Amino acid sequence: MDLNLTPEEQQFSDELRAWLKDNVPPPWEGSNDNEEESHAYFNYLRDWQRKVFEGGWAAISWPKAYGGRGASVIQQAIFQEEWARANAPMLVNGLGLALIGPTIIVHGTEEQRARFLPRILSAEEIWCQGFSEPNAGSDVAALGTKAVLDGDHFVVNGQKIWTSIAHFSDWILLLVRTDANAAKHKGITALLVDMHSEGVSLRPLRQLTGESGFNEVFFTNVRVPVSNVLGKINEGWTTAITTLMNERANLGTSIYVAYKRNLDALLERAKVTTRFSRPAAEDPVIRQKLAQAYLELEIFRLNTYRSLSKLAKTKVPGPEGSISKIFWSEFNQRFQQTAMETLGPWGQLKELDDNRWVYGYLRTRGNTIEAGTSEIQRNILAERVLGLPKSY
Amino acid sequence: MDFDLTKAQKLLQESARTLLARECPHERVRELMETETAFDEKLWQSIAEQGWTGLLIPEEYGGLSLSLVEMAAVVEEMGRACLPGPFISTLWASALIDVVGSAEQKKKYLEPISAGDTKATIALIEQSADWDAASARMRADREGNHYRLNGRKEFVTDAAIADVIICVAWDGKEIFILPVKQGAHGLTVTATPGIDATRKLYRVDFEGVLVPASEVLGTGGRALEAIDRATSVATVALSAEMLGGMQWTLDTTVEYAKTRQQFGRPIGIYQAVQHMCADMLLMTESARSAVYYAAWTVSENDPQARHAVSIAKAYCSDAAREVGNRGIQAHGGIGFTWEHDLHLYYKRAKGSEIMFGDANFHREQLAKLVVDEHTD
Repeated sequence: MDLNLTPEEQQFSDELRAWLKDNVPPPWEGSNDNEEESHAYFNYLRDWQRKVFEGGWAAISWPKAYGGRGASVIQQAIFQEEWARANAPMLVNGLGLALIGPTIIVHGTEEQRARFLPRILSAEEIWCQGFSEPNAGSDVAALGTKAVLDGDHFVVNGQKIWTSIAHFSDWILLLVRTDANAAKHKGITALLVDMHSEGVSLRPLRQLTGESGFNEVFFTNVRVPVSNVLGKINEGWTTAITTLMNERANLGTSIYVAYKRNLDALLERAKVTTRFSRPAAEDPVIRQKLAQAYLELEIFRLNTYRSLSKLAKTKVPGPEGSISKIFWSEFNQRFQQTAMETLGPWGQLKELDDNRWVYGYLRTRGNTIEAGTSEIQRNILAERVLGLPKSY
Repeated sequence: MDFDLTKAQKLLQESARTLLARECPHERVRELMETETAFDEKLWQSIAEQGWTGLLIPEEYGGLSLSLVEMAAVVEEMGRACLPGPFISTLWASALIDVVGSAEQKKKYLEPISAGDTKATIALIEQSADWDAASARMRADREGNHYRLNGRKEFVTDAAIADVIICVAWDGKEIFILPVKQGAHGLTVTATPGIDATRKLYRVDFEGVLVPASEVLGTGGRALEAIDRATSVATVALSAEMLGGMQWTLDTTVEYAKTRQQFGRPIGIYQAVQHMCADMLLMTESARSAVYYAAWTVSENDPQARHAVSIAKAYCSDAAREVGNRGIQAHGGIGFTWEHDLHLYYKRAKGSEIMFGDANFHREQLAKLVVDEHTD
């Protein structure tokens, strides 16, 4: 056991830190609450990712042959920490880089890899993920969007929902049913679908926070070439599992830094908000809650490092990722409540800290639902880690 | 960076598990908890033969010179076995002597502790029940070449079986650390039976107990620092012991959920039970991260060590109790019986939660470090 960085890890960290220092753009100043502004913000992010790509930092975990650096998991963790610490903007093609690219690397043909991977890296083509449907949420394999073979094309009909960034996307990784008579996991195929195809339409969904981050996507007689099947026909579940494992394997280190920033901001606020004429930071109950937030966040970081050390040896993300998912999502809900209690009446006002606390509080409700609900994560832990019998 | 036990550390832990499963089965734990001191000489000797009583003690005093990470790996297994007796007490006292004692004093105490010939404990807290060492007010008054001790200590673990009781006292101006031999004139040790019968607590009265001035281990600020350091070491070890108890409770509950049938199916098929088990897993694994991080930072003298110790004890204090609550609930009626072993761990968890400060105590320690010092 040794928590110090090796010389190689330190060198990697130094190199990245230097690059970020020279290249991180000034933060986006505009708002994000109308279509014109969101497009301008989107273009700002797209330009940033191109710069990152040119610097060779877009997908360090990918193999060198496909434009990555073949980085170790520890280097990936360092990458995320440094990224967040430098306050560098997010990479707009995040789903392509973290989920879909790695799935194409595993299941794609050489032609597909050559066609799609470089454009994912450069953000020339933005990707979204079309798995969930109105009647297939936690039970993704119950999906009903149909694809019927017609010559050398599939014809797709159906609907997806909760599709993040679909309104900016050029391509979608789509799960469709290609054999209605097979068992539910057996008749699924993964398709790479051009979002600009005829018959694709979408409707933004407004969240309880007021913003529209995700969409309903409709497919009406959309023609997709058979050459765009990712993996094998009727074996799309295998492809999907690769994507889902990558989703759960989210390293957590960038989440840590983002949450640490929230905690630091709250500690500052606790000094200027008062209780009975004394700073909230001196109130014994508030102190307990702030300390609890601090210690939980530290344990989240430590859990992450333990998982990474394990992943560095086994190479395959395991079901333990569900511990991390439950931990960060439920932590964030507790933290935002602590923030509201610390801020007192100010907590409810959008004007305080650019809507940071109102938005943060409301947004956390989604944390225990997105990327696999807490209930699904607990099922996974019970069944795959503890070996209890399957409940469904 | 590698946040995992090394191969050698894993081997050490496995050998501890094997030995304790053989030498300290639950029948033996139950026999010992019914005795006056919960001490078993034969068991103590087999532990000493492994070198564990001297695991942290420098080689020159007969120890193994290993780090707190190895200690945590071994003590975790003691927690899994619910080992009764004075291991944590002796570890706490030996860590204090190691920090504050002279070479001569170390030789005098640490060699026989390493060899398994001496058990020790620390008499720190008083009627005020305050874990802050600076609050000690038991009198130590100079009389010629001696100090005369008068007063009462409470919650002293294993005091009846300890060969030496390290006493924290006050002369009206500063703190003193003094060793008192078992059986010393004026020393009265009275059992105060508590929730956990596997780790005995005592009230210790000092009525004019004389300690030669030459035997004083430390005084003043240096003494307080030494107590702080030794208590950090012991707190990490205790947290590791709590982790082992959590792991046993989790394993036992999962096994029960797989075999116990209701409505014609194992109860582990029901999500209400599954989710309790998943929460127990989450808490146990999170405790594991906190414990080994604390062990590493303390052994490396890392600047984060103080934070890490309080993170570990605060988290383990809450988690060990909550894991126990869920373990009993998932077992149903059988979990509430004397016959089932769950209550041994449940009671140990509560006693350990209190020892060295509970979660509220350590959260306040963290608030001092993080809320008060915050300058962002």
